[in-house]
Amino acid sequence: MIRHATYVRKTGLFMLAIFVGLAASIGIGWWQVDGPGSDRPMNKTKAVISPIKSMSFSLTDHEGASVGPEILLGRPSMVFFGYTFCPDVCPTTLADITGWLEDLGPDAKHLNVVLISVDPERDTPAVLADYVAAFHPKIRGWTGSLQDLSRAASAFRVTYKKVPLDDKDYAMDHTSSVFLFDASGQFRNTIDFHENREIAVPKIRRVLRDR
Amino acid sequence: MLRLLSQALLSIVFILSALPVSADSTRVGDLVIDSPWARASIGMSRPAAAYMTIRNEGTVSDALLAVSTPLSGMAEVHATSTKNGVMSMGPAGPVEIQGGGNVLLAPGGLHIMMMKLKKALIKGKTVEITLAFKRSGKVTVTAPIYGPGATRPE
Repeated sequence: MIRHATYVRKTGLFMLAIFVGLAASIGIGWWQVDGPGSDRPMNKTKAVISPIKSMSFSLTDHEGASVGPEILLGRPSMVFFGYTFCPDVCPTTLADITGWLEDLGPDAKHLNVVLISVDPERDTPAVLADYVAAFHPKIRGWTGSLQDLSRAASAFRVTYKKVPLDDKDYAMDHTSSVFLFDASGQFRNTIDFHENREIAVPKIRRVLRDR
Repeated sequence: MLRLLSQALLSIVFILSALPVSADSTRVGDLVIDSPWARASIGMSRPAAAYMTIRNEGTVSDALLAVSTPLSGMAEVHATSTKNGVMSMGPAGPVEIQGGGNVLLAPGGLHIMMMKLKKALIKGKTVEITLAFKRSGKVTVTAPIYGPGATRPE
């Protein structure tokens, strides 16, 4: 009888251990995939990009004018980071954005669209001017000193890193999301690289509608 | 008579359809390179990219080892990848094309990165790209150049 009780207790403990184990793994799984532990950039950025009004940085646009976060207030804004030495993804992103703006038609004029260079050493205002000229006229290019870039990038929680290629050339790893802000400068959404036009354009329309 | 004529026409259509689908396919060994195209460069100080599809109609795997073009002092196959929202780009190394498989070089993934341009890539012109394969050897394809914002062969 005593033996039997021990057996029951042991089995019970065993079942409990399995249950706790299962619950823990489900919990950990949720934490990592959907929960706060998720490393999906959407969740991360959604949680942490502070309002434009709290940002402080100073850059130069592709026409040589001095610009800062205040330029992004009063209208909804689309901000993304890139560099002109990137012949593959950056033109693709700019071409996508050009397509979105064309879809928006006359509404596009109510938007700020800004590309901030993560490669100010090569991307002078003149280089950026050449580059943005190949895309939608709404797209502005911003650049500055390395220090200015670092301030701007941290304001948008963007990371970037120089990666050497052969023969003194280099590429820049960088956060590739497009950030959407409403007219008051509140962060509203991100559009990720290669997101379909059918998804991207309504996201932009939403911030335009609420402007 | 009419029947004979229609049969002849049908067989011509049949023969034509058996030929490579488009004029922009190039064959080397078991490999077929389809629809090569390039993006116009913005000036000469920044690199340009080119894309294509490589099909392996054989049964043995092959690999793209090197690329070159007279317009560029240094051309390499590069890969773009995204991890945790951060995009990186760098040399892809040898690109394997398995027997019966195909490899797509397309915007946002594998691309031929033409650096140290000797001449700008101008929209409406073409660029010759030489591909060196491990088994099939070398082949040169002629890629039409589209606008700097092109995202697919036009």
